[in-house]
Amino acid sequence: MDLLRFITAGSVDDGKSTLIGRLLYDSKSILTDQMEALEKQSKNKEEGAIDLALLTDGLRAEREQGITIDVAYKYFSTPKRKFIIADAPGHTQYTRNMVTGASNAQLMIILVDARNGIVEQTRRHSIIASLLNMPHVIVAINKMDLVEFSQDVYNNIVIEYASFARSLGLKNVQYLPISALNGDNIVDVSLNTSWYDGPSLLHILETTSITSDINLTHARMFVQYVIRPQNEELHDYRGYAGKIISGIYRIGDEIIILPAGISSRLTRIERNQQDVEEAIAGQSVILHLADDIDISRGDVLVKKDHPPLLGQELEVLLCWMDTKPLWAGNRYLIQHNSRRVKSVVKEIEFRLDVNSLEKQAGVEKADLNDIVRAKIKTASPLAYDLYKDLRANGGLILIDETSNVTVGACMIQE
Amino acid sequence: MIDYLDELESESIHILREVAGQFEKPALLFSGGKDSITMVHLALKAFRPGKFPFPLVHIDTGHNFSEALVYRDKLVHDIGEKLIVRKVEDTIKSKSLAEPKGKFASRNALQTYTLLDTIEEFGFDACIGGARRDEEKARAKERIFSVRDEFGQWDPKRQRPELWNIYNGKIQKGENVRVFPISNWTELDIWNYIRRENISLPSIYFSHQREVIEHEGQLVAVSSFITLDESDKVMNKKVRYRTVGDMTCTAAVESGAATVNDIINEIISTRTSERGETRIDDKLSEAAMEDRKKNGYF
Repeated sequence: MDLLRFITAGSVDDGKSTLIGRLLYDSKSILTDQMEALEKQSKNKEEGAIDLALLTDGLRAEREQGITIDVAYKYFSTPKRKFIIADAPGHTQYTRNMVTGASNAQLMIILVDARNGIVEQTRRHSIIASLLNMPHVIVAINKMDLVEFSQDVYNNIVIEYASFARSLGLKNVQYLPISALNGDNIVDVSLNTSWYDGPSLLHILETTSITSDINLTHARMFVQYVIRPQNEELHDYRGYAGKIISGIYRIGDEIIILPAGISSRLTRIERNQQDVEEAIAGQSVILHLADDIDISRGDVLVKKDHPPLLGQELEVLLCWMDTKPLWAGNRYLIQHNSRRVKSVVKEIEFRLDVNSLEKQAGVEKADLNDIVRAKIKTASPLAYDLYKDLRANGGLILIDETSNVTVGACMIQE
Repeated sequence: MIDYLDELESESIHILREVAGQFEKPALLFSGGKDSITMVHLALKAFRPGKFPFPLVHIDTGHNFSEALVYRDKLVHDIGEKLIVRKVEDTIKSKSLAEPKGKFASRNALQTYTLLDTIEEFGFDACIGGARRDEEKARAKERIFSVRDEFGQWDPKRQRPELWNIYNGKIQKGENVRVFPISNWTELDIWNYIRRENISLPSIYFSHQREVIEHEGQLVAVSSFITLDESDKVMNKKVRYRTVGDMTCTAAVESGAATVNDIINEIISTRTSERGETRIDDKLSEAAMEDRKKNGYF
């Protein structure tokens, strides 16, 4: 059994929370006491039926206002897979939360209201999916019951979206008609859409192949922590602890330590307190090298083939996440996996309109939820990959050193 | 294909090592429950053959299950790590706090005082906790690195965005971070992992005979910490615990599950969530956990 992380995106009334509630409900992940609490709350709101959307609205502030203000994580599993859902709100002002939720997701479900078709928020969510290089996208055309399960309505939306997806370069897009409220095509294929010959939503979620998304060629491991017991029996023990973000490591491999550029050889791999011959992407390990080199947190161990880029000048797409605006010339701390370096944003080249993809030149600053292209210079070199080539080594965050808050997310472009 | 338990395990080890790499004075909050026991197991995988870069800290309400204390002391002895115990009892005395009254006089809320005092006493900048997002709605929205102010307060509207696998633990003096390495595990994941890794647990997790009373549909152990009324009927039942907390706020479930396998089968077929079935303290209001977290609770 493996694990799929996905994010749901939709406009305010597209039925996103209802869809999640439906998946949890139909996979029997809603339990008696949660159901009772739900019934109680539904009554509080003076609505007759149980409101599945209430399941995902966590905080009192949200329930009172009937909105979702932050990313919430929900869990369910079927005999085939465990799922982690990032539920991000759809309002205009929350691009920040969408980007956050999408950064860890392997798949995005974009909900479209069949009555309204593709609207501004659909475009925005799709653009964010493309900027974050989302490996899989499902376009779920919802509320089909309100358009009498019309095949024409469905087809027109699919045609329009497909051409939009092509222009964005979105990969692996699948479509299906659903009614989250009534459960059509959620777990089982619905008789109401007999003209649809594809699988149900849950079936797609269970069978989408995610193995091929794992990179096994570009070996990267950032040192998080150096293990040195320094007691008598382990006097010379020096292990580099970290999580392999991509690639494969085998004993005997020639290793290059970046950014210093020193070479050594891999002599030992420990995983879960056992010695192993090799270790792959996704595993947390301890690596040992033949030579006594000064290596510390933030250094990255790579191999000679498929090395990362090394440099101090980056071109990034930057999603601004702070209420204080970003001005060209501002200085921030960059965190790139476990490495932290000082940096300055040299120039804002343009702002990307997330509704139209239009590039607006001549902007001086980025405000909360803006996505801009910027040039960044770092105080010391980073060993990075382009975001489109390797998500796990092409993303970094900006930290405001006066407040310590995470203020920006960057996807390295060049 | 990477197995989901391997993926969760590796993610948690990564988070524990981020704590070690980013903080000067971290601590691992240890309650003696299965979640904190699982965290100790993960810490062994993250740091052995080195020592833990943090002590275990037990905030002791004084209302413990004796089995959990026996287990705690044996575990600490076996792994040879440092344990710090701070008692709610002492905080009550030194700060002249009002001891809660009533039938189930729970010291659960008072733990927050002792925790904040302990953080101050040792200057802890990060406290690792075993909270999971599937437990409760407020927890579902909390970050893995959750920054708290001097008063331990959580502000859900001012959380730092958490992107990719990058955790920002930078803080001002006086602030601290609560870190939740098993955020993405569910109750069932924990049990499947306990089975796979053959992790031993305090005996109260397994079926045993115990004197209990029924209170609003929940079974509460008879102990010196609760006051019995005339209307209470003391019964001897075959029970086990799904969570191990304060004796006054943790309810038992009727169960014959004597092994980890039995428990997993029971969870799969059961229709009530872990906190709903066994935590008396969450039933108070819809936003009980949200409010407690805002006030510095775990």
